[in-house]
Amino acid sequence: MAYLEVRGLRKSYRARGGVTAVLGGVDLTLDEGEFVAVVGYSGSGKTTLVSLIAGLVTPDAGEIRLDGAPVTEPGPERGIVFQQYSLLPWLSVRGNVALAVDAVNPALPASERRRLTEELIALVNLTPAAWKRPRELSGGMRQRVAVARGLAMQPKLLLMDEPFSALDALTRATLQDELLRIWGERRTTVMLITNDVDEAILLADRIYPMTPGPNAVLGPAIEVGLPRPRQRRHMSLEPAYQKARQALVEFLRAARSRLAPTAGHPRQPQPRAPIQ
Amino acid sequence: MPIDTYQKVILPLLGAAGVLVVWAIVSATLAPDLPSPLRTWQESRRYILDPFFKDGEMNQGMGRLAFYSLVRVGKGFALALAIGTPIGFLLGLSRRFHQSFDPIVQFMRPISPLAWLPLGLVIFQKSEPAAIFTIALCAMWPTVINTAVGVRSISQDYLNVGRVLKLSRTTTLRRIVIPATLPYVFTGYRLSLGLAWLVIVASEMLTGTPGVGGFLWQEYNSLVYSHIILSVLTIGAIGFVLDRLMGLVEARVRIS
Repeated sequence: MAYLEVRGLRKSYRARGGVTAVLGGVDLTLDEGEFVAVVGYSGSGKTTLVSLIAGLVTPDAGEIRLDGAPVTEPGPERGIVFQQYSLLPWLSVRGNVALAVDAVNPALPASERRRLTEELIALVNLTPAAWKRPRELSGGMRQRVAVARGLAMQPKLLLMDEPFSALDALTRATLQDELLRIWGERRTTVMLITNDVDEAILLADRIYPMTPGPNAVLGPAIEVGLPRPRQRRHMSLEPAYQKARQALVEFLRAARSRLAPTAGHPRQPQPRAPIQ
Repeated sequence: MPIDTYQKVILPLLGAAGVLVVWAIVSATLAPDLPSPLRTWQESRRYILDPFFKDGEMNQGMGRLAFYSLVRVGKGFALALAIGTPIGFLLGLSRRFHQSFDPIVQFMRPISPLAWLPLGLVIFQKSEPAAIFTIALCAMWPTVINTAVGVRSISQDYLNVGRVLKLSRTTTLRRIVIPATLPYVFTGYRLSLGLAWLVIVASEMLTGTPGVGGFLWQEYNSLVYSHIILSVLTIGAIGFVLDRLMGLVEARVRIS
């Protein structure tokens, strides 16, 4: 049995216009220590999938098991890096990270918790800015804090919901490289949600393509045959990279044209997640 | 001349001068009993230039009278916050509490201080606690309502952080709900302070206790109309300063 098992996951939202079936039976597995990406168009239901695995939203049908235990509620063993950072603006960088460290390690002495906090801040290269509030940070720095906080939860599985989508291209590339380095050091099991095919190939061991909603499902996983440690440079020239990219793009194109046979694709409204 | 000085100093001074002119004209033509600006100044000078003299219970410098009023407002305002803040949090946090008490809040909010004061006198039998009771009862609503709105508009993102970290109810309250609500709470405090200062005059007038409002009413009864204007201007000036001070506090807790 896989480390993370997701079976037949369905979720619909009731809105004014009727019922929107966002996920129509999602299956997915993750092994321990694996880095898996889910790639799909905007609005296809990726955030819903993350919210379900996080336990922030309950599914209509289907099952989620992590390390054998069924997921019924949120918990730090499924740490999240939210798309919109969700840092607490009244806390400093240190305060935001410490909140997670303290919540997860209540039994540790204060000095040890402080050491863990500083270690995580150093891991994401934010030590010089540790006293700053989120509003004083750039988007890239905020997302580093969010990554540090996610890791502070010492999660069995780290969920990353389009973590870099709000960043400019250069910052995005820098953070991808850093995530690659951090993952190399920590080997946390990661599920990355993204709409960027190249980001997924650069970072992940396996990639699930997601069909556009409604009733989104995942296609068969595509193995990324690139050796680690990976370097961004020259990678796009490697045959394994080209192969993975082609397979992904083909699947996503075909899925979209099945949905909308006429020219242009209908933009799916981003499902608003009525959490709680 | 820099544009800034012009906009921030010259224009307001011109406005004030205009009001003085209208006041002088009205007192010279329409309302002969209304003292002119010059006469008001002459008859009030001592109360302003020697603000802490005391000739008797009801004849004291403006500084003294304002101090009495401020102490009274301070007590009433503190009581309003002490009652209003927890009620606001409960209204925001508990649906059941909201359903039970929101109609009462909406019902009591528009009741005038003039209506509460006699009731306060009946309950407390003394003017001082009755005045404080009235101030608190009238001034607490903005705090109650703003706090409740603040709690209910906390971003779901912040609450999700608490849920993922499995924070306890009290930790969530202390680390997330209260800090996230604070800007709203302080907006409520500022509005409450403004109301408290509005109410003080009415309650002093009705109870005849020494203070700016009491002085105003007494001078009306003894036909010293220039002192009515003096009191009105004092009330305005203090209200303005209080609002600015609370505005500074409010700005400090406001987060991006």
